[in-house]
Amino acid sequence: MTESASVTDGVLSLRNLKVSFRTPNGLVQAVRGIDLDVAPGEAVGIVGESGSGKSVSFLATLGLLPRNAQISGSAKVVGTELVGASRRTLNGIRGNKIAMIFQDPLSALNPVHRVGDQIIEMIQAHQSLTKLAAAARAVELLDIVGIPQPDQRARQYPHEFSGGMRQRVMIAMAIANDPDVLIADEPTTALDVTVQAQILEVLDRIRREMQTAIVMITHDLGVIARVADRVQVMYAGRVVERTGVTSLFAHPTHPYTEGLLHSIPRHGLDRLVPIPGSPPNMLRPPSGCAFRPRCSHADERCERDVPELKPMGDAMTACVRVNELYVASKQ
Amino acid sequence: MSTNTVSTEPLIEVTGLTKHFPVRAAKGLRSIRSTVQAVNDVSFEIGRGETLGLVGESGSGKTTAGRCILRLIEPSDGSIRFEGREMVGMSRSELRQLRREIQIVFQDPQASLDPRLTVGSAISEPLRIQKVAGNHDDRVAELLSLVGLAPDHAQRFPHEFSGGQRQRIGIARALALNPAFIVLDEPVSALDVSIQAGVINLLQDLQNELSLSFLFIAHDLSVVRHLSKRIAVMYLGRIMEVGPAEEIYTKAAHPYTQALLSAVPEPDPEFEKIRRRIVLEGEVPSPINPPSGCPFRTRCPKAESLCAEQLPELKDRGQGHPVACHFPDVVPVTIWQEAKFERSG
Repeated sequence: MTESASVTDGVLSLRNLKVSFRTPNGLVQAVRGIDLDVAPGEAVGIVGESGSGKSVSFLATLGLLPRNAQISGSAKVVGTELVGASRRTLNGIRGNKIAMIFQDPLSALNPVHRVGDQIIEMIQAHQSLTKLAAAARAVELLDIVGIPQPDQRARQYPHEFSGGMRQRVMIAMAIANDPDVLIADEPTTALDVTVQAQILEVLDRIRREMQTAIVMITHDLGVIARVADRVQVMYAGRVVERTGVTSLFAHPTHPYTEGLLHSIPRHGLDRLVPIPGSPPNMLRPPSGCAFRPRCSHADERCERDVPELKPMGDAMTACVRVNELYVASKQ
Repeated sequence: MSTNTVSTEPLIEVTGLTKHFPVRAAKGLRSIRSTVQAVNDVSFEIGRGETLGLVGESGSGKTTAGRCILRLIEPSDGSIRFEGREMVGMSRSELRQLRREIQIVFQDPQASLDPRLTVGSAISEPLRIQKVAGNHDDRVAELLSLVGLAPDHAQRFPHEFSGGQRQRIGIARALALNPAFIVLDEPVSALDVSIQAGVINLLQDLQNELSLSFLFIAHDLSVVRHLSKRIAVMYLGRIMEVGPAEEIYTKAAHPYTQALLSAVPEPDPEFEKIRRRIVLEGEVPSPINPPSGCPFRTRCPKAESLCAEQLPELKDRGQGHPVACHFPDVVPVTIWQEAKFERSG
């Protein structure tokens, strides 16, 4: 994975991606300039709470946002620019080079078509295969994602599948054309833990065997610890910390990341330390650092300047006070 | 309240609680009568000031069990004793008296608050229903500050609050009548991590200050472990294993508990790399037609013919706590040292 990271263009690269929504109340600045590079076959975790812009960034990349969204910046998938791209270009890339799975697989599947036919449609959209060959491939895909009796299940309808099985179907559709990158948006949030474990295994196997890069969007730090190599932490539409998964948990550098880690129950911890306040309203995000109203370290500099991502230890951190804080934490 | 002498008598004693729902299930084009066996022969006790964590996956019957205890759902069978008084079969007026003592906090604070009622009147509603004398406004102000909100929030409406604040309002309402026991049904599941922590701390503080007893129903095992003194693990309507929280986590003896614990991702990448993971095959069977014998046997890696024939009783089989398994065996799945040892060994 790391060898290929030197390639200038990864399979997915976002540059200063911004997304705003026009609403009756004004412009909601959901994503305010994020960068991301994903190398072939790597697993990148995107962590953030609701409203941090973590899902919207990728929906924008795939051109899946409603008309009231304004998108700027760049989102390249294997070298092809998708921001402002024509429908034709988008259709050539989506489902082919990049695919996405969602939290709720039922709403992403067509209830009146057989599962197998939906996968066949996906295959034939991008590959010139006969119906018969595509059908055989669909069954093979269902088998890859661990659905028992795949030839029978291919003839069934989505309602005949359980939540975990539907998510497997979604994964089968997503990998039908062997994409370079798979965006998984909270794919296990609606599932029970034992089923979550199965789905995470399937995703990990696909990454290892098919070299598909995976972007895992989640609020669950445990899932991040299990699947990700690298992590980007998002807050109020910006990336606040970018680091390897080990250092994220061992030495968080941004006060928000640190706050998140203190908020989750862990063994040996008697008392949690919540982050005071609540996430900002993105109609009127705070000036400077968006985390400042909730940050115990904030001072007047945080109000003035928007912090840029700067190297700190093994991480990149967007905090103007990170030097002082980092040194203080080491002492 | 803190003058409570530590009595051996539990506050709540549930014995053989069973709830079967009649349903009409589709069989081809016809519908047939059948039964969802939501809760089957569940027994537990909760002492004063104690928290029992009730964990299980969807369909395990944990929520139904919780609602049966309040008699929000009428149990089909079994006994629920509160301070020694039998609740099953109690008349409506007796039950209304008792509901001062027993309250519930729901998962979704959005759905459990009436959008047209001010927060103040939502919180004082139990006082009005129970015809409590005195100034309700003062009590509302007191309750709001108890849960970390401002007394002047009483005039506002639920939509003006965030999810975490709404859950605090739900907790304030549950506390209005000074209950001894609260059923917490997934109270933090709908909240973001940073907000969750505040509500968890609040629950801990309230328990200490008011010596409350909690039945904490949740699917998030790390939250349950954090809050509970004892834990009961449910699967398909039955308790599989019950014991002190630390013992369940470090010395789980039921294969289901082990699989469940090993499935929970821990926020520790080093541990995640080396830990033992038991990935179960398949999914939870339908409670309309549960397997014969042990309900877990269809997914159990250790199942033998005995498991299909005989329902294992929930009893201590030398593990130090009750386990409903014919072949219990302590397998540590959440411990660092064990994971390291297994890897090197």
